[in-house]
Amino acid sequence: MNISRCRSLIAVGFTLCITAQSVNAETLRLLTWGGYAPKIVVDMFKAETGIDVEVTKSNNEDMIAKLSATRGGGFDLVQPSQDRIASAHAEFNIYKPIDMSQIDNKLFVASMLDATLKSSMYEGKSYGVPHIWGTSGLIVNSEQAANVKDYTDLCNDTYRGKVTYRLKRPTLIAFAFSMGLDPFAAYDDPAEYEKIMLQVQDKLISCKANVKAYWSGGDAMKNLMRSNETVAAMAWDAGGWQLNDDNKAISFVAPTSGALGWIDAFAIPRKSKNESAAYKWINFVMQPKVAAMITDSAGNFTASKGADDFVNASLRAKYKASFDTAAIDNIKWYPPVPAGLEMIEGKVLDRIKAAK
Amino acid sequence: MKTIGTANARTPIKLGLLLLLCPILLWLFLLVILPQLTMLNISLQERVAPRIYEYGFSNFIAFFTEPLYWNTFLRTAIMSIIATILTLIIAFPISYYIAKMLRGRAKGLLFVLCLIPFWVSELVRTYGWMILLRESGVISTFLQYIGLVDGPIEFLYTDATIMLGLVYSSMLFMVVPLTSTLDSLDDSYIEAGYDLGGNGFSVFWHIVVPHAKPAIVSGCIVVFMLTLGNYLTPILLGGKSSLWFTEQIFTQFITRFNWQQGSAFGVLLLSISSLIVWLGLKLSRQSFSKVMS
Repeated sequence: MNISRCRSLIAVGFTLCITAQSVNAETLRLLTWGGYAPKIVVDMFKAETGIDVEVTKSNNEDMIAKLSATRGGGFDLVQPSQDRIASAHAEFNIYKPIDMSQIDNKLFVASMLDATLKSSMYEGKSYGVPHIWGTSGLIVNSEQAANVKDYTDLCNDTYRGKVTYRLKRPTLIAFAFSMGLDPFAAYDDPAEYEKIMLQVQDKLISCKANVKAYWSGGDAMKNLMRSNETVAAMAWDAGGWQLNDDNKAISFVAPTSGALGWIDAFAIPRKSKNESAAYKWINFVMQPKVAAMITDSAGNFTASKGADDFVNASLRAKYKASFDTAAIDNIKWYPPVPAGLEMIEGKVLDRIKAAK
Repeated sequence: MKTIGTANARTPIKLGLLLLLCPILLWLFLLVILPQLTMLNISLQERVAPRIYEYGFSNFIAFFTEPLYWNTFLRTAIMSIIATILTLIIAFPISYYIAKMLRGRAKGLLFVLCLIPFWVSELVRTYGWMILLRESGVISTFLQYIGLVDGPIEFLYTDATIMLGLVYSSMLFMVVPLTSTLDSLDDSYIEAGYDLGGNGFSVFWHIVVPHAKPAIVSGCIVVFMLTLGNYLTPILLGGKSSLWFTEQIFTQFITRFNWQQGSAFGVLLLSISSLIVWLGLKLSRQSFSKVMS
């Protein structure tokens, strides 16, 4: 009895020591997407630098909401999409400019780095560097919905109650392109943009009978597709490739009007407490081999130069099957969102949701 | 010396009382009043340009001019009232049975049975309903198995499902006050009612209901407020057409970054729902202090 009590005391003592140590150790508070900071990479980073990484999973809107609530505090590094950095910063003053002298730019695919630095520009300074890119398009069950080639095909009467998509801005933009409109060209003209959005609103309201449910998390969408409750969806490419592992009939299809390309970036919050660790993390995960590990976990490719060679062959094969050269050239990359447009979109989304 | 002593003796009592009241006062002020005041302050600001805000009523005006918003509120309020009435209708016989028909162990057992589902979080209970009701779910599969229907049936994503979820999740808050009040009703009153020639209905209407009225009203207030402020159940069970006012508030705060509009909705929700409760009290001729004691 006594000995075991002694032992447990020692054990408690050890645990306390370890906890005390980890409190002393540096930490990097990372706000990111699911799969972007897999445990194996976090452990490697800890072994190399001694820095603990605290990962919080999130999405674009949630990141902006969290940072605007704290005026840019609470996290040391965040990963919003490149098109939503400058506008969010303009509105809420939440980021710090990127110090390019601390970033090893040889690790990046040059065209992507330049594009992101340009799109995240606010008053002459850049606020983001690229990390992971991918597209939104269609996930189709080829046995039951082989005819779905473009977003508007989701509104075909054949698929009543059998499709799912999100009720968010990418959906509005995708349908606009599919209807032959060009929302990106109207980005700087709010009146014109609103006109386009109202047309999309009518389309999506008339399409509502086809929608089984508006998905909000990737898992909900995968469940719907896996259980055959829906036969086609608008979703991310990685989701389609993952579903393909379980059911060969389901895969990602680049729509004829063009997949929508996004790049999730790195940005540093204004009140970041550990900037040096943030830069260390960026340079660490952009190494080709590490980047390939993240690709395996997230299902999307990175902006790291040479990382594609290390990615497993089956994912590369799926990527090739979804995108031929023409489809890649046809990808519509999101330009930075001007402040204020999201107000228009918000009202449109509300009206679609409210329509019977 | 003595007079000073008595004068001093009064202050420690006051101080002691104040110290005892401290936790509740702090709780009220820091967690209830202060956030509400901050919300009110935020709701009165309107955005004129990035990072520039001015005081004004535009957020409140938006609620009344955009039909979508007040329609959503109206829908939420009406569905909450229906849910409250349904909960009362279902809970009353249960409570009466537990309080008046059963004796001893069975009574405690049944009461605990009503309680047990609430040991699980609301999220898990709602997902439970989703597993039962979805197209590839338990009920649909069972109906196909016994041959009642040919194809799969979707039970989810309708107003009826939302209602089911709401009534289920608020049942306990009606059963508990009703049971304890009905328990305190002396059986001899009911017997006297029958002795004086009353039938089942008149005894129920003239003896049981008047006695239980404070519990009915307090149960209704709690259920109504919980339903009106519910977020999970309408979202998860309602699907593409759920439209619940709390969801509007959430959307304004989180996906539109429009804290000003969200706060205005929050303030409106609080004031309009308080108004509905006040009306309910007036109509049932109950006083708030009596009902809540």
